[in-house]
Amino acid sequence: MRTLAFPRSQLPFWPTVALGVVAWSIAWFAAWPFSQWLAFDLLGLAPGSSTGEAVAFFAYDVPKVLLLLLGIVTLVSFLRSYVPPTRVRAALAGRGVVPGTVAAASFGIVTPFCSCSAVPLFIGFLQAGIPLGVTLAFLISSPLVNEVALVLLWGLFGPQVALLYMAAGLSVAILGGLILGRLPLERFLEPWVLEVRAAGGGTDVAGVVPSTEERLREAWASTRDLVRKVWPWVVLGIAVGAFIHGFAPTDLIVSIGGASNPLAVPLVTILAVPLYAGAAGVLPIVEALLDKGLPLGTVLAFMMATVAISLPEFLILRRVARLPLLAIFLAVVVSGILTVGYLFNALGL
Amino acid sequence: MVTIEVLGHGCANCQKLEANAREAVAMAGIEADVVKVTDDAAIAARGVLTTPGLVIDGEVKSSGRIPAAGDIAEWLSAG
Repeated sequence: MRTLAFPRSQLPFWPTVALGVVAWSIAWFAAWPFSQWLAFDLLGLAPGSSTGEAVAFFAYDVPKVLLLLLGIVTLVSFLRSYVPPTRVRAALAGRGVVPGTVAAASFGIVTPFCSCSAVPLFIGFLQAGIPLGVTLAFLISSPLVNEVALVLLWGLFGPQVALLYMAAGLSVAILGGLILGRLPLERFLEPWVLEVRAAGGGTDVAGVVPSTEERLREAWASTRDLVRKVWPWVVLGIAVGAFIHGFAPTDLIVSIGGASNPLAVPLVTILAVPLYAGAAGVLPIVEALLDKGLPLGTVLAFMMATVAISLPEFLILRRVARLPLLAIFLAVVVSGILTVGYLFNALGL
Repeated sequence: MVTIEVLGHGCANCQKLEANAREAVAMAGIEADVVKVTDDAAIAARGVLTTPGLVIDGEVKSSGRIPAAGDIAEWLSAG
């Protein structure tokens, strides 16, 4: 046993993990009965009434979504620690453009993305000789297909919707990357970026490799941070969703957002941009809207737009690329999202 | 004197890492310089792709995560 010179939590690690899993499972299965009891027994509301349904929805979804976040984001963050961007870069360097773009988009799914990392990542990839289009495919898919969104989609709508979202996101990233790779965008890169790229380097740096226990601790710590940041939005989103669920007339929603309105998809995409509160807050609203008949394509467009078009990220990328490149990048991503939205609606999914 | 570089742009994560690094220096009881590196080219040149990153005496100890002060202190005393 390694003796640690500095204090750590005194709880035995693996028993605590086991206990956590048990507690989580109990809470998970208790959520539905709890919500029914709260709304219809404790508060005495009538089942089927607007208020009753809204309260039950709220009481069920809040624990459900929070548990999903806590449980699965921890698991995914843990698994993800095995695929650091340095390893991704090593895997992408030297590949042909088309396989490289597909690989980059796929890697983006399993790689964490903090917008502050956008620049070092961008430069690091270019340094290793990875083409611009491939790098951009990664930059599109990484925030777009993020595990928070996938987890929530799976939990709220089932695996098919989650997989469809992943497929949609991948398509946008791959096609976007291929198109962007074909355009003469190098001249919009800041000169210092081109210099750094020409200098090359980009050697793999392993750093200190963490143990399994350390990975799990890290995953749990970052999940806690995420949930701490995000839970007010989640609760707010669920409250709005509950209200829509209980009170909003179906006809109104469908007439604005329904398949018969051709402007629905662009409308929700535009609405989504300022709503960068993250997938967690938006999804409960989305759940209620879907329930009310909003078509899936419109919903997916809305979701992708909230996560993909992040103003903070664009401001940061301004450091490496001039406005024309950013504008073209944005245009390609938005077109991709719109196309996917219309396509899904047209296919009647 | 040990040089500790905290790589990042100043978002909350990087600030937390810097705070942890300073705490670790106090814990380890050694003399160390804690330097913030915010220049993108410099960050990438050190082989760090995901900020925040921690470099001790030129060796990358972590990237993309925030090690606890205790962990950093261990690295400092070991090195």
